[in-house]
Formats: sequence, structure tokens, C-alpha cells
Amino acid sequence: MKNPERLVSPTCLQLFTGFFKTGMSGFGGVLPHARRMLVDDRRWLTDRQFTELLSLGQTLPGPNIVNMSVVIGARFQGWQGSLCAVSGLMLAPLAIVLLLASLYDHFAQSAIVNQALIGVAATAAGLIIATSAKLAMKMDRNAWSVAIMLLAFMAVVWLRLPLLGVLLVLAPVGIAFGWHSVRHERDRAEKKT
Amino acid sequence: MTPPSVVELFFRFCLLSLMAVGGASATLPELHRQIVETHGWISSAEFASLYAITQAAPGPNVLIVSLIGWKLAGLGGALVCTIGMCGPSSLLAFGVGKLWDRFSHSDWRKAIERGLTPITIGLVLGSGCLLVRTTGDSWQVYAFAACGAALSYYSDKNPLWWLAAAALLGGLGAV
Repeated sequence: MKNPERLVSPTCLQLFTGFFKTGMSGFGGVLPHARRMLVDDRRWLTDRQFTELLSLGQTLPGPNIVNMSVVIGARFQGWQGSLCAVSGLMLAPLAIVLLLASLYDHFAQSAIVNQALIGVAATAAGLIIATSAKLAMKMDRNAWSVAIMLLAFMAVVWLRLPLLGVLLVLAPVGIAFGWHSVRHERDRAEKKT
Repeated sequence: MTPPSVVELFFRFCLLSLMAVGGASATLPELHRQIVETHGWISSAEFASLYAITQAAPGPNVLIVSLIGWKLAGLGGALVCTIGMCGPSSLLAFGVGKLWDRFSHSDWRKAIERGLTPITIGLVLGSGCLLVRTTGDSWQVYAFAACGAALSYYSDKNPLWWLAAAALLGGLGAV
């Protein structure tokens, strides 16, 4: 924390409007916009605090950005803050997407609209693949993590196995390897000193 | 096909909420498996167009769940599925949020993060591949997906531009 005195504590209304703006500016996912709003524009969090909350949002199950808005809202204004942040994030985009879907129902016969949507769906699929590639570049790549990554991929895409079963097997195995690698690093660090 | 009741949808999505390791984008294969393959409630092509609509609107990726609810049970379905998908995980996040910082140097937290990251990546990659497959099996679809992936990987521009260009090209008949 370089300048803790410059951090601002938002009210419920500010939580709502801040997350409202984030939700409305994010196409193809809102996480990149959340950092700009929380750290740069409104100064509710330091960069380090943001990174910590991001790892929480990504580690716990559920929509990442919803998890983050729950925790940030709670930190400043308790459960009311969580409700304000999440509703600010979700309400307007929910209304817009439902409006678009009803419009689409009227134009579902139009070849032009359907072709446009195929273009968007294919590109959006590409965006998701790029997301996973970015995450993979950041990961510590070693034999076990690459193996678990491939197993998760094959289980849901080729074998079409239920996600619950896949998680019940792979999560404990992954965490066991993770535990082993954390201990291994610690042992080596201790030997050096 | 018998359409599902709102109560059934709610419990399905409550369970999916707790399985969404890696966020909403990681659950597309499971959503497709349940909604399209097992129950046949919507077709694969409809699944792809609903996803495309969520990308044409601003907001978090979890909105695909709202549109599936809307398609199956109207406005009430949309609300129930959204609340089901966000509710259980939000309660968990609310409970864990206060403890998270305290454990920032704990080995357990690091082990869990390290162990789940590769699963997340595999599932998100799986979602992308599934979405390509449901969109269509033509070289044009693969080309659009490859361009989208490359542009978003190598450039920090708002992906809205790539999606808008794809809608334009698609509408002009390039797909």
C-alpha cells in the first residue's frame, strides 16, 4: 500500500453506480474493466488488494466478477453493500440481454440476423480460447499441471462426462499436487538460507 | 420434450453455481450436456445463438444462464436461473471473503489455487471448443474463431470491436 490515505470508502449508492458502470462497459466479460474502475478511477482498492480479490474470485466456484463484487461490497458496507454491488453489476445488463433476445425472436427468420449471430458466436468462441491461452501462459507449467489441464479438457469435451464427477476426481488430485509443490518450494527455500 | 419446471431449473443452477470452478465461462460444456444433450430442451443451434446474444450485450458472461432460463420459462425462468447460478457461490464468497486475506501466506490457500488453476484452464478451453462446434462445422466458422482468438490474444483492444466486425461480416454473408 503506497498511498493508503488516498483510498476511498464507497457508500452503498457508490457501490451500485461503480459496478453499474463496470457491468455496462464490459463486452465479452467485465473483469478487465473492473480493475480500471476499482483501482485507477475510484481508488477503492490498491493494486495488491485487487490481485488478492481476483484470486479469490477465480478460486471459489461461481461467476468470478459476481464473487468479487460480493466481497468488495461486504468489505465496505456489509451484506447491504454486497447486494448493491451485485445488483448494480447485473440489473441493467440482464434487462438489455432479455430485450435483445426478445428482439431476436422477432427476427429469427431473417437470414442476415442469423448469419451475423453465427459470426459473433464463432468470434466469441475464439475470445474464450484466447482467455484460456492467456491463463495457461501465466500458470507455472510442469508435468502434473499440464496433465490435469488436458484431463479436464478431454473429460468435458470428448468424453462428455458430467462436470460434478470430473471435479470430484480432479480437484483433490490437483490440490494434492499443489500441496506437494508448495511444500517442495518451501523445503528448497529453507535449505538455501 | 417436457419443459422443466421453474423449481427444477432453480435447483439445477444452484448446483451448477457450486461447480463453476473457473467462472461461468467454464460451465458451457456442462450446460450444453444437461440442457441440449440429456434433456433436449433447446437445440444446439439455439444454444449457440443465445450465447452470441449475450456477447452482443454488455455485462458478465453469466448472462448465458439468464437467457437459457428465459428461453425455457420466460421472465420468471430468467430470474430464477440467474439467482440460482449466483446465489450459492455468492454466499460462499461472502463467508470466505473475510478470511481470504488472513490466509494469503498459508500453504493451503496456495495449494488450492495451484491445484484448481489447471482444471480451470482445461474447462475454459473446453468451453471455447464446444462453442465452435455448436456454432457450425464449416471452414468459415473455424476462420472466425481463429481470428477472434488471435486478435484477442495479441491485442488489448476492447473485444467489442472484433465482435462488431464479425457481426458485420457475418451479416454480409461471409459465414
